[in-house]
Amino acid sequence: MMSFMKGRVLVVDDDSALAEMLGIVLRGEGFEPSFVADGDKALAAFRETKPDLVLLDLMLPGRDGIEVCRLIRAESGVPIVMLTAKSDTVDVVVGLESGADDYIVKPFKPKELVARIRARLRRSEEPAPEQLAIGDLVIDVAGHSVKRDGQSIALTPLEFDLLVALARKPWQVFTREVLLEQVWGYRHAADTRLVNVHVQRLRSKVEKDPEKPEIVVTVRGVGYKAGPS
Amino acid sequence: MSGDSAASAPGRSGGRPGRPVGRKVTGSGWGRLFEGGLLEGGVQGSPVIRLFMRWVRRPLLPVMRLWRRNIQLKVVVTTLLMSLGVVLLLGFVVIGQVRNGLLDAKVKASQSQATGGFAVAKQQADEDVSVTGDEDTAPDGSPSQSVIQWMSDLVASLSSGGQGAFDVVTLPAGGESGSGRGPRASGEVNPTVSVPADLRERIDSSTAAAQSYTRVVYNDDKESQPALVIGKQVNDPNGDPYQLYYLFPLTQEEKSLSLVKTTLATAGLFVVVLLGAIAWLVVRQVVTPVRMAAGIAERLSAGRLQERMKVTGEDDIARLGEAFNKMAQNLQLKISQLEDLSRMQRRFVSDVSHELRTPLTTVRMAADVIHEAREDFDPVTARSAELLADQLDRFESLLADLLEISRFDAGAAALEAEPIDLREVVRRVVSGAEPLAERKGTHIRIVGDQQPVVAEADARRVERVLRNLVVNAVEHGEGKDVVVKLAAAGGAVAVAVRDYGVGLKPGEATRVFSRFWRADPARARTTGGTGLGLSIALEDARLHGGWLQAWGEPGGGSQFRLTLPRTADEPLRGSPIPLEPKDSRRNRGLDDAGLPRGGDGEKSATVPVRQPGADGSGRDPFPLPPTAVTPTADPTALPGNGARVVARSGSASGSTRMTPGALGEGPAPLGGGGDDAAARRPAEDAGNPEGTAGSDGTGGYGATRGAERNGEASRGR
Repeated sequence: MMSFMKGRVLVVDDDSALAEMLGIVLRGEGFEPSFVADGDKALAAFRETKPDLVLLDLMLPGRDGIEVCRLIRAESGVPIVMLTAKSDTVDVVVGLESGADDYIVKPFKPKELVARIRARLRRSEEPAPEQLAIGDLVIDVAGHSVKRDGQSIALTPLEFDLLVALARKPWQVFTREVLLEQVWGYRHAADTRLVNVHVQRLRSKVEKDPEKPEIVVTVRGVGYKAGPS
Repeated sequence: MSGDSAASAPGRSGGRPGRPVGRKVTGSGWGRLFEGGLLEGGVQGSPVIRLFMRWVRRPLLPVMRLWRRNIQLKVVVTTLLMSLGVVLLLGFVVIGQVRNGLLDAKVKASQSQATGGFAVAKQQADEDVSVTGDEDTAPDGSPSQSVIQWMSDLVASLSSGGQGAFDVVTLPAGGESGSGRGPRASGEVNPTVSVPADLRERIDSSTAAAQSYTRVVYNDDKESQPALVIGKQVNDPNGDPYQLYYLFPLTQEEKSLSLVKTTLATAGLFVVVLLGAIAWLVVRQVVTPVRMAAGIAERLSAGRLQERMKVTGEDDIARLGEAFNKMAQNLQLKISQLEDLSRMQRRFVSDVSHELRTPLTTVRMAADVIHEAREDFDPVTARSAELLADQLDRFESLLADLLEISRFDAGAAALEAEPIDLREVVRRVVSGAEPLAERKGTHIRIVGDQQPVVAEADARRVERVLRNLVVNAVEHGEGKDVVVKLAAAGGAVAVAVRDYGVGLKPGEATRVFSRFWRADPARARTTGGTGLGLSIALEDARLHGGWLQAWGEPGGGSQFRLTLPRTADEPLRGSPIPLEPKDSRRNRGLDDAGLPRGGDGEKSATVPVRQPGADGSGRDPFPLPPTAVTPTADPTALPGNGARVVARSGSASGSTRMTPGALGEGPAPLGGGGDDAAARRPAEDAGNPEGTAGSDGTGGYGATRGAERNGEASRGR
């Protein structure tokens, strides 16, 4: 639905030099960046600019990045990529659990950043009409909806992609690396914590009992697969 | 050593299970009484007796355990036993004195009574001499009928004075009995049985009165009684001697004495029981706080630092409690200080990381933008842009490594272990290192990846370790092959990275893990490593509870081995891959011992003999002969790990050879003679675990031992 747009990116970062540099790089790649430096104003700016993607620094004055991420996620499924200086597990996991789709650790290369942004925006291309079933869920790929007994379940685009990837090949066990490549668009292996956190988030939404998953099943020592239909 | 501990284990285990601190006394008191002598005294004798004793002891073992562990029980039982002894002693003394007092009084009264009686008998005899005269005396000297009658009268008259209080008995003097003066007695007393024989003899032999204790036996159904008997030899009217006895039954005294005994026994029993109860109460006052302290100390050591003892009063127990609480408080303070320190350090690292990284990101991006546009610049500026970008890369990796190592130092590194297949990791690492290997002209081979090698590990960290090892091997491999070998056996998995490059000098095998250590300071830093890679790798291995060890020989290449426990909380016992590779010069020296080309030639060779393809002449994709391709479980692996395994099996070559089978691995396809020799090596180690094996003299050996020892030392964490 947004394929005709080149991509509006909202940059939430308090470091003006970095924000400016990001602006230079993003504009160079043909994106339309807008900036906000304060966590408190981030939500208002988000509503105003309606970006296609949010670049969010975790350390912000006012509301911190985690909180901003949660607020944005509460009202929109728009892709959020976190910029973080901390690669510690706790920080990353907290950020991902608050709703970010992907993260990128400072210092990063401009190409890396652009690749991540492109990967997140890529899915806006028109999908073919397709009906999938996984467990007792019915997935309408083109309509971007997941239903259980006619009841629709709200998923973010990333969670939807993850579910579709698993549902398309229910016979296959996906390693975390394969999922990273297919869903996140990483060309070489990256942090598998991304997968773990998002599988958990997905389970909390689609499983009847997230403690005993039936839709997204863990295959010990290998990865995940779709539960039997 | 292991034999000792195995032998002592059952005895110790007896005390361990359960903690019956608060349990009440079970089992019989007899068991406890026996325990001292019967159970603990070693029973010598035939095995049958010993077997019997063991059979007797078994049900008493819980009681013994309780005895050993429960001080309250000990004190109460001891108090009971000791007070019982004291009461018994006291009882005997008191009863003895009472009896003596009673008897003394009785004896005095009886003596005066008897003396009076003897006097009366004598007087009557004297009176009657004149009356009867000689007329009654028979010619044969036997007493006449009148004397017999006189005596009966005498007995009757004497005994009439004390009906029930005493009886009178007359017996003929000496042994004579045939004459008419037979024994007489008052009150149905059996005269001959009631008077003891020794008393009769004494009275026969002297004219004085004598006394003795006896039992009065009655002719009728009356029960016999203890009595005092006093006798004297007196003359009858004819002047012939006879024995006159007074028997004083002691019935009354007996009754009094038994009353005293009963009273004393009752009192004694009460005293003993009360003392036991008092002991129990008193000990409880002391033991309860001690038990509380023990419980709280346990909880403190389990990490609940806010636990404190309840303190009441000012006595010694209260002082114990106060001191205990003070200790706990100081402990808590110190621990929280350390925790604060660690937290501060972690926050500092985190802050530095953030503060440095944000500007670095801007610089990085700016540099990249400039770098992209360098074609438009003049050559000097363009070259500067290249240098800027390159050195920024280096700066970034250095910063990342520094932050990583300080995270380890601050104890902030957390393990995220999950079951992973190491083959996947190895393949990723190898494919990642391919570009570098191509540049260096090195071929990287993976060996032992036919079966899954699964372990609970942090994939990110393991990958980092292996990337480091593989990249190092390629960089120092001088273009020769690099072999990455995987294996799993027992509770461990291992990955060994072998190169045939410059190798390591003796002693370097331990130093390679030091921070910022470089093999050759003079060598140009072409590859731009940070010097922290192996230190971080070592920390990563330790975090897993695993080992990272190095082996190398100068000019013969090196092998780095990462060993991880299969499950995260399992301690490592050995590694499935020997640290020193089979194709090391020392091992091959053993192989080729009989060949004309002696060990010296081998040592100077820079090219492994069993690596025909790796001699620098060309790239043979499969340089090793097929037999050398190891199965997943290396048959020589665990024994090759050296003294540790040898100590476990406890004997030399015979059992070390058994080890692969004992590990439950499949048939071990031993190769040719070389494998045999490799299998022989552990036997040598077994006989000489700390040995230097100087005879073969390879420089690499020292490094091996050093690395092994280093490994041992680093396992502690």
